[in-house]
Order: sequence, then structure tokens, then C-alpha cells
Amino acid sequence: MLLLALDTATPAVTVALHDGTDVVASSAQVDARRHGELLLPAVDRLLAVAGLRLDAVTGIVVGVGPGPYTGLRVGLMTADTFGLALGVPVYGLCTLDGLAYASDLEGPFVVATDARRKEVYWARYADVRTRLSGPAVDRPADIADEVAGLPAVGAGALLYPDAFPNAHEPEHVSAAALAGLAAERLAAGEELPAPRPLYLRRPDAQVPKNYKVVTPK
Amino acid sequence: MADEPLVLGIETSCDETGVGVVRGTTLLADAIASSVDEHARFGGVVPEVASRAHLEAMVPTIDRALKEAGVSPRDLDGIAVTAGPGLAGALLVGVSAAKAYAYALGKPLYGVNHLASHICVDQLEHGALPEPTMALLVSGGHSSLLLSADITSDVRPMGATIDDAAGEAFDKIARVLNLGFPGGPVIDRYAREGDPSAIAFPRGLTGPRDPAYDFSFSGLKTSVARWIEAKRAAGEEVPVRDVAASFQEAVVDVLTRKAVRACKDEGVDHLMIGGGVAANTRLRALAQERCEAAGIRLRVPRPKLCTDNGAMVAALGAEMVARGRAASSWDLSADSSLPVTEPHVPGSPHGHGHGHDHVHETAKDNLYS
Ligand SMILES: [Zn+2]
Repeated sequence: MLLLALDTATPAVTVALHDGTDVVASSAQVDARRHGELLLPAVDRLLAVAGLRLDAVTGIVVGVGPGPYTGLRVGLMTADTFGLALGVPVYGLCTLDGLAYASDLEGPFVVATDARRKEVYWARYADVRTRLSGPAVDRPADIADEVAGLPAVGAGALLYPDAFPNAHEPEHVSAAALAGLAAERLAAGEELPAPRPLYLRRPDAQVPKNYKVVTPK
Repeated sequence: MADEPLVLGIETSCDETGVGVVRGTTLLADAIASSVDEHARFGGVVPEVASRAHLEAMVPTIDRALKEAGVSPRDLDGIAVTAGPGLAGALLVGVSAAKAYAYALGKPLYGVNHLASHICVDQLEHGALPEPTMALLVSGGHSSLLLSADITSDVRPMGATIDDAAGEAFDKIARVLNLGFPGGPVIDRYAREGDPSAIAFPRGLTGPRDPAYDFSFSGLKTSVARWIEAKRAAGEEVPVRDVAASFQEAVVDVLTRKAVRACKDEGVDHLMIGGGVAANTRLRALAQERCEAAGIRLRVPRPKLCTDNGAMVAALGAEMVARGRAASSWDLSADSSLPVTEPHVPGSPHGHGHGHDHVHETAKDNLYS
């Protein structure tokens, strides 16, 4: 087994190779505005470091968010197209599950990432492998009671200490963690979901000025 | 001919997910998925709706194009993609797909210009483009007059609309006349039974001091709407056919007059017309008439190749391969305002594109932890 994992749902562009037992190589770059430029070169260098070619990969794992859409789609579109070209399965995992898996917390905790517009994407976990609720998108103040007393990981938790006084690293998801989680679930005979984006919000229905006009029928 | 480049092209600059396959100047496949219906209730293309639809449609549309063309992806000589101009988020979906596809197949990647692709598509209809070629691109998204001396390296903007695109004006007037959507075909149909000289609507930017090759349709749009409203206010019946014909005449008169003038001024004996509005029968007829009178050869591709599609991107990609132009690098970005003067986005000789090298240097530190 050789899994290529990638995630672009947080400010990190992160990629990893996993052989089913261990992480073979991984990388992360944080630049929320350049996911589209950074991802392919990152995959290229990852393979070079590992001394492998892309066609050795037997499956693709991709973080399906939730995350800011433009960046999120870079990872999903790349994963889908790799899957098409290589004829290998593409598995989607919730990005917050990857963050949970990478945390070393015991007992119940919360994962929160930055959803911008003063909101967080968040989910509650019983342990690093078990999501209890979510993912959802909310204002930190509106969920402060629900998350009170729980430790939290992720940039969304670190960004809003009033709602998440007990916030920890990791800040961003790592593809290595996503790959590890996927390998574990596949080994347990679980079916992993298809890669469908978790947008959680409806599209902003704003038509830019001076762009193509479409008149209602 | 088997030794001509076989290229797959991906177009996602607006609301059409287009994937085309060409061999040299021969069209093999032109697969399209459109999200136009999803935008209709908003009255215009909503970028986020378009981007979501591109992500959904991409893989099935690539599959369909390859089946239609009857070729194996292994045989492709390159993957071309619209790098800009267009909607940033929508472009990025196509660029991400093209990069991943090219990388996985081990093929060169060509990020190309959407406007140059609209010109180059005519090679699939009428064979190699004459050099130079004057091109009039008119659609709901753009209205420009371009001079192409070499479609892979030398495209010069002569003029463009300073307000609305020509296609927008058709949609707006159709709406005012309650003729439904899209406006182009229905105005065209009514105009055929109307008198184009019934009402003297203004010809924008045609005064002696106006820019010779720029267009303006906003004033015309307002003028036609006011004329219709005045009729209605007076309780008179609106002569829909005459309004349609007179409005359409004002648009195509200015478009063809300026295009022919540009050809004469530049000593160019070929004019190509592309974009969705190129399907307009009066535009074609008047362009034909005026070109003939001026000794200019007119080339207009079939309507399906005039609107946004993947085949036009593949056509320009194939020309890039044929002329040995440099491929793009893996850090190719979507550029929503890619200038028309850049027909493609070549990678730098070092393999990193485009003046962003410093980022790779700083990024090295946190790689491979
Ligand atoms: Zn176009």
C-alpha cells in the first residue's frame, strides 16, 4: 500500500506518503493565498525525496474540509484528477478528523479551524478517533457554552481564546495525520467516504459587476 | 495526420466546464457541462456557484471528451488549460485539474490565454490562421478587437468595450422587451422581421474624437430601454420587431465598422469573429458584406466553437506544442486578469515559473519535517 495524502482546507498546503505502516515522507507550507501554486510542486518534491514516482501510489487521501472554499477545491480537484489519471481510489476524510488524530489529547476535546468572517469550523470528539458532533460553522461566542471546559486544538481555537481558553497545538492539519488515520481505517476494513467537499455554507450570491449576465428564464 | 500534436484542453473561466481534444487543427472532441441554469435566478454568473459546479463536472467531462475523441490519455502530447483571464476561483479549479492530470500522465502543461484561445479555435474550422489575423471577440463576457501576428506569442489589443460587453446588451434589451433568455438568439429572430432603420438608435464611440477601436454599449442600452418605456407610457404598442432590428443594427454596425477599419488601418486582409455573439446572423451578414467591399476575408467558426469551450484551449495548446513554445511549470497559477498580450504562461528556464522563486527558498525550511 502506498497512500498519497493531501490537504488544502486550512492555511497549510500539506502532503504526505504513507506505506500503510509508517509515514514515508511529508511536508507542510503555510500560505493561505497560494494553495494553487504550491500543491503540485510540493507533491513533486515529496516524491523526489521518497525516491518514488506518482504511479507507485495505490490510493489518494484528501481532506474534504470544512475550509475556505477556494483553497479547499485545489486539494479536492487535484486528488480527483490524480485518481482519474492513475486509476486508483480517492478517499475523502474530514479535515478536522485529521487535526483530532494529530492531537495527543485524551478524553473529550474540540477541534476548531478558522472559517474567516469571525467564525470557526468546529467539531467535538470523544477521543482522537471518534467525532461526536459536527462539523459545523459558528461564531465562537455562540458555542462558548457548548465547548466550555474542553481542551481544543486548531487555529480557530488559538484565534479565539475567550471561547477556547484551553487551546493547544497543532494549529493546522497535517497530511501525515490524515494518511495515518486513513491507513488505520482501511486496515480495519472500513470503507472510506468518497471525496465530497464540506462547504457548510451556501454560496454568496453576489454577481460581480461587468461580468457575464444571465437573465432569469 | 498522426504526427500533429494531440492535446487535451480544459476551460473553466466562467460557467462552462469545457474539455476538448484536438490533433493539430483537427477537432476530435468538444465536451461541455454548463452551470448556466444554476445562475439564472441570480441574474448573473455567481462565481462560487460556478466554482462548485466545475469541481463536480471536471472528471466526468474529461472522461466524456476522451471517449468522444477515441484516444487514450497516454497518447496525449500535452495538456492545455485556461490560465486567465476569467473568474479567479473558477479558473483555479481548471488549473488544478490540468496540473494534476499532466503531472500524473507525465505530459507537458500549457497554461494559455482565454482570449487567444477564442481566436485560435478558428483553426479547427478553417485551417491554419493567416498571419496576421484581426479578431473581433464578442460575447456576454467580453468585447475586444485584437491583432494577432502569431497566436502563440504576439497578440495585441486594438480596442475593447469601455462598459458593457455586447452580449450583455442583447440580454438586457431582450429582458426589457419581455423576450426571455438568452437575449441573443431571440433578438436575432425578431429582428429578421423588423426594419433595422425604423428607429435611429445611437452608435457609441463613433464620433471623430472617440477612440477608433473601443466600444461602448451602455448608452445604447439605456437609449433603447427609454424608447420602449416612452412608448409604453404613452399607451402605444411597442413595435418589438422594429426595436429588435434597430437595436441589433446599432450594435453590429459599430462592431463591423470598427473591425473593418482596424483591418484597413493595419493592412490586414483577414478578420475572424469569435465569442457567443458571433452566432448573430445580422452580424455575420453585415461583416460579410463590409469585408467583401473592403477586400477582407471573413472567418467565423460554427456557433458551438464561438462560445466558451475546451476545444479552443486545446487548439491553442496544440499550436504551442507545434511551435515548440515552453511549457508552463508546476507552480502555474490562475490569473484572473492575465493580459491579452500573454498568449501563454511559460515556466522559467529553471522550472519555476514566473518570478515567485523567492517563495520556494523560504518554503524549503519547513519542508520534510
Ligand atoms: Zn470567452
